[in-house]
Amino acid sequence: MTGALALQWASQVALGLLLVGMLLAVIRLVRGPNLGDRILALDMITVLATGFITGVAVLTGFSLYVDIAIALALVGFLATVALARYLMSRARDQEADR
Amino acid sequence: MIELAQYLAAVLILAGAVFSLIAAIGVLRLPDLYTRLHAASKAGAIGAGLIFLALAVVSLDGAIILRSLLGIVFLLLSTPLSAHLLARAAYRCGEAPTAATTVDDLK
Repeated sequence: MTGALALQWASQVALGLLLVGMLLAVIRLVRGPNLGDRILALDMITVLATGFITGVAVLTGFSLYVDIAIALALVGFLATVALARYLMSRARDQEADR
Repeated sequence: MIELAQYLAAVLILAGAVFSLIAAIGVLRLPDLYTRLHAASKAGAIGAGLIFLALAVVSLDGAIILRSLLGIVFLLLSTPLSAHLLARAAYRCGEAPTAATTVDDLK
């Protein structure tokens, strides 16, 4: 019985830590001097949200949340790749202007 | 046995959350985009991966274990890839590394 209690306590603390991490990433998202920093902050938030959803799955015992976490990781990866491609095309335009 | 798995999962999920928090602190505190990418792509992927592993340990269902391991593999494949793409795009955009950088092989 105490194992379940320890797991519940640990996952609640873990969710709190992930929330603090997300807040720090949001600060970077707002402050980030360039577009690259903002893309990085968004990617970080997505990875943290993946961890958060999996943590909710551990806490509630409703394991099917893992599907949502995997789908979110996939979408986040695609979004980061698309934004990086956009940044790359902007760099190409800059070189063409010069 | 189940008790042991629950204690193991508790340790794993706490370790994953601490790794993720350290990654977020790195993203906030490090001086330039390249060092921030270094923090986010390594510690971030390991943090989320450890939480996936905790779910795999605590759920006694083969399908969930398989999906958690799939999630870990996907994270370990995709995070370095996106970090590399982003660093390359930023370098092409002319994003300067921090003044403390001594070696720049692309120059």
